[in-house]
Amino acid sequence: MEQEKISKNEASQNGREARLMKGNEALAEAAIRAGIDAYFGYPITPQSEVLEYFTNEMPKRHGVVLQAESEVAAINMIYGAAGAGGRVMTSSSSPGISLMQEGISYIASAQLPCLIVNVSRGGPGLGTIQPSQGDYFQAVKGGGHGDYHLAVLAPSSVQEMADFVFDAFRLAEKYRIPAMILADGALGQMMEKVILPEEGSLPKMQKPWATTGKPNSRERNIITSLFIEPEKMEMINLGLQEKYRQMQSEVRFEEFALDDADIALVAFGLSARICQKVVDLAREKGIKAGLLRPITLYPFPKDILSKLAEKVNFMLVVEMNAGQMIEDVALAANGKCPVYFKGRMGGMIPSPEEVLKELESLVEKQSVSQD
Amino acid sequence: MEMIMETETATTLNGFELVYKKPSTLTDTPFHYCPGCGHSVVHRLLMEVIEELGIQEQTVGVAPVGCSVFAYNYMNIDMQEAAHGRASAVATGIKRILPDKFVFSYQGDGDLAAIGTAETVHTVNRGENILMIFINNAIYGMTGGQMAPTTLLKQVTSTSPYGRNKEAMGYPLKITELLAQLPGAYYVSRQAVYNVNAVRKLKKAIEKSFAYQKLNRGTSFIEVVSNCPSGWKMTPVESNVWLEKNMFPQYPLGDIKTPKD
Repeated sequence: MEQEKISKNEASQNGREARLMKGNEALAEAAIRAGIDAYFGYPITPQSEVLEYFTNEMPKRHGVVLQAESEVAAINMIYGAAGAGGRVMTSSSSPGISLMQEGISYIASAQLPCLIVNVSRGGPGLGTIQPSQGDYFQAVKGGGHGDYHLAVLAPSSVQEMADFVFDAFRLAEKYRIPAMILADGALGQMMEKVILPEEGSLPKMQKPWATTGKPNSRERNIITSLFIEPEKMEMINLGLQEKYRQMQSEVRFEEFALDDADIALVAFGLSARICQKVVDLAREKGIKAGLLRPITLYPFPKDILSKLAEKVNFMLVVEMNAGQMIEDVALAANGKCPVYFKGRMGGMIPSPEEVLKELESLVEKQSVSQD
Repeated sequence: MEMIMETETATTLNGFELVYKKPSTLTDTPFHYCPGCGHSVVHRLLMEVIEELGIQEQTVGVAPVGCSVFAYNYMNIDMQEAAHGRASAVATGIKRILPDKFVFSYQGDGDLAAIGTAETVHTVNRGENILMIFINNAIYGMTGGQMAPTTLLKQVTSTSPYGRNKEAMGYPLKITELLAQLPGAYYVSRQAVYNVNAVRKLKKAIEKSFAYQKLNRGTSFIEVVSNCPSGWKMTPVESNVWLEKNMFPQYPLGDIKTPKD
């Protein structure tokens, strides 16, 4: 499917050269083309190439790159720079993203647009440097303290590592929220063909709320997340919740072979790539399986999943964690069909064959119970 | 600036010539600080300098977590409120986006010299072209008088109720001297606001630091040795006497690093 998508892009974007790039590098190059004013980051495997790419390219092109003393400092530089009106981003991997959570909560409350990229790895703790989807809860449920959300996009190819930078900034700036690209170590490290977005194609918007120095013509601008009166703090919260309601219209997902499917696989990111193969293998064996891939993890495509639950015999959620997105899938299915889980943890990637085996055994069990 | 001076000299109040008034760079919000606290004097001085230099439109400030968390309620300029300890990282972010603006951070001792030590050291080490104001009153004021990194040996606080002892709690941190060692520090000074003379000297130091910021040669860092009558459990007058007798021997006033050229 990705292959098809790329060749389609090539056809429609003639003259735009396809390049073989690592996910981390494609992401960084796309960010420069998206016109970012600054990148602040700290080295951590498996995403250090992002910082390295910027430190190589920014001096030759445009924008600020700064290697911060920690992820804590980096996210607070993002706060300051976003508050000053810059289009800014940071990236890290799981433990570093945990360190940023306090700052992300402040950014959400102060309503600043920015992009945070998590090229996640296996945990908990220092964990491993292998790919994982163990940060799903952290990414979509807020992550830090208080009631807030990020817009979360989950790429499943190097092409999307590049494209989603533009989409993430569009969402961040439209809603004045932090946006996150939730990738994993495999997507960051693997090389694929990519057609890069065009430089300058993401318009800059007016930010009349930014702290750029107070002229006589306006009141002073304050960037803060402190609203000491509870009545005021509740109003801010209600405003945020209203924003999240409006954002539901931004839901994105991808369907694969679902038209005639009586079994639905549900997976995001790298797991969805694996599940495409599972669908092919299952169909070869006469099992009518299809795949639903949430692209936005927040807002979550709950309506389509709810409809799908009425149509299929069961759903199998496949994740590289102990079962996180399955909670949202099960909520959407709301008892209308059984929802099963297959996962690997700690940096292990499930093979299409082992997922197929799980699928076959579930089909088997189901036919037994129906007999 | 010229225009403001003319207006000032022409203004009278009840037949008297008005020679002292609130700078336009301060809002009408009354300070919430305790009687005798140094914060309001430092706020005023900063805003006086900004008014006199005519740089209200070119200045962005960063408020900390601590008693001065609401500094932006009083300073009539664009401001950002930082997380505890992170003011200099936030200021770095602002300055990198707006390199032609004047940027300052304003922090207390717990904020700057405990939780934010890494940000403080690295901001100065990068020589960020900002002014860092550091209020040292040897105590956590807002949270109710706990021990700070700058609390003196034997000083009683709510978390050193038998006095700070060096064996268990370490030594008062002279972070300003430490920062002065860094090549990124361009101007480092320790001042106070406990009497008129000290206030005048602090104002001079702030004026200099804004002039230096224009040169883009590194960080200006001004420590203000201040008091906390509430946290120290003293009257304002007692606190100023105690400050002179106990704080200054540990934290002597004056310039620590001045530009060589």
